[in-house]
Amino acid sequence: MTEHHQHIKLPEGSIEKQTTTLNVGPTHPATHGVFQNIMELDGERIVSTESTVGYIHRAFEKIAERRPLYQITPLTDRLNYCSSPINNMGWHLTCEKLLNVKTPKRVDYLRVIIMELARIADHLICNSIVGVDTGAYTGFLYVMQYRELIYEIYEEVCGSRLTTNIGRIGGFERNFSNTAFTKLEKFLKEYPSVLKEFENLFTRNRIFMDRTMGTGAISAERAMNYGFTGPNLRAAGVDYDVRVHAPYSSYEDFDFSIPVGKTGDNYDRFLVRNEEMWQSLGIIQQAYQKIQEFKGEEAEVYHANVPEYYLPKKEDVYTKMEALIWHFKIIMGEVDMPKGEVYHSVEGANGELGFYLISDGGRAPFRLHFRRPCFIYYQAYPELVTGGMLSDAIVTMSSLNLIAGEMDA
Amino acid sequence: MLPGTPDDLNLIEMALTNERIQQRLTEKFGDLVFGFEESYGLLSFEAAKENNLKVLQFLNDDEELGFRFLTDLCAVNYPDQAGRELAVVYHLHNLAENVRLRFKVFTNIQTPDVFTASKLFNSANWMERETYDFFGVNFVGHPNLKRILNVDEMDYFPMRKEFPLEDQTRVDKDDEMFGRG
Repeated sequence: MTEHHQHIKLPEGSIEKQTTTLNVGPTHPATHGVFQNIMELDGERIVSTESTVGYIHRAFEKIAERRPLYQITPLTDRLNYCSSPINNMGWHLTCEKLLNVKTPKRVDYLRVIIMELARIADHLICNSIVGVDTGAYTGFLYVMQYRELIYEIYEEVCGSRLTTNIGRIGGFERNFSNTAFTKLEKFLKEYPSVLKEFENLFTRNRIFMDRTMGTGAISAERAMNYGFTGPNLRAAGVDYDVRVHAPYSSYEDFDFSIPVGKTGDNYDRFLVRNEEMWQSLGIIQQAYQKIQEFKGEEAEVYHANVPEYYLPKKEDVYTKMEALIWHFKIIMGEVDMPKGEVYHSVEGANGELGFYLISDGGRAPFRLHFRRPCFIYYQAYPELVTGGMLSDAIVTMSSLNLIAGEMDA
Repeated sequence: MLPGTPDDLNLIEMALTNERIQQRLTEKFGDLVFGFEESYGLLSFEAAKENNLKVLQFLNDDEELGFRFLTDLCAVNYPDQAGRELAVVYHLHNLAENVRLRFKVFTNIQTPDVFTASKLFNSANWMERETYDFFGVNFVGHPNLKRILNVDEMDYFPMRKEFPLEDQTRVDKDDEMFGRG
């Protein structure tokens, strides 16, 4: 046969090769996000893997260099979009640190409620997706209605569900409505039994245990060297939690414990997230109780007094001179921020979400860098899966809670 | 719950304060570490870029300092500082004592060579790739220094200040009045 008739041109050496190359992603249902793994397989065993990220890079750090502070909040929504409120709050807290804004206690507690709800929503998705990837779809569908309830609470507070843009510098854009609190009460009442049922489906399930125990494991030392934070680090046995190590938003007022695992495998990650949901529930209950203790005027406070950065009420803008001036100045970007460099971090659902903000005294940051936990720990993925089975690598991927939005910024 | 919560006087005396860190570093490196400042409670200092690994290694190995967790690594572009246009910024954390610090090295933009910290911290691998991708910092000794978030074909480093976000030749919009012109 002449070369003319050869339709398929195979790469050099591909016939002799003993392993199979498999592209997992970038748009594969099992990756739950847009990223690619080029795996070399010997049968079903992974010989090596190379990760490619960046498919949804949106240049947030660059965009932020031309935006006033309050317009950067929507960018943070789109990092870990499973728990946007935590990102939003992290950003507000960073700005407040730079601007030296003290928030009232009620604002702190309201924020804690929203952040812990977001943590529950995030962990719920992660853990139920681990279930889906091990072949148990029921749990995922079942808990979805409680994530829905959490989203309805967001909706009551800020008007949107996924990319929330919740809160403002100094507090919230409006006070929580009664409906928000009613829905929160419903959540607090019904969710514990649902989480218990969810646990019953998985925690002592023989199939689930066999699939997750011993797979995707990492030692505490390796995890720290790889920059793991959050539940993934705690599953390996390191009790590092930003909420305890550097309390923000009055977390020091709450009584909660930090669950830690031992082996750092998929099962421990599942258990740590599961226990964190219980802890978050406890924090929300405490915060709600504290909020109910505020009386009179204090019970109506939902933002700090920072007219330079906090947009005044619309009716005030139309009727009061000062409010009109501030409104104009904020919208037109005439409020300069002080010079300085701050690093502030919050305990995101995936770990330490950090904001490194450099201000040269202008209206927009001179430089803003997001420390995205997911991006940092994903580089350990080859080490976690090499030598294991392909099907376990998929579970490891979902149990690390890789969110493409956070990875790619 | 908090590791190193001071429950007796000895521990309080031994607490790793910013002053103590500065003292330890100056004892070891003398004039090679400089620019100490504290902003918002965080100690920040500089070293020449040739010494970045020595300093990171010392911070890591020293029993008392023990900065063994690399929280963050990124770069900043200062176009107006001749010879010091690029800064590589390390945020380190001593988890046991719960102290953070910021360490910077500056480099010129013509030969932006800085030694890689990826041998010391696995986490630095991708963070350095990201920094290379956006600022063009050449991490000498990095095992796989290629772009990570942008396409491989890109022939510039987009986070440098010379690349403005919007087309500066636009005439339909006057930005002079509103912030950065």
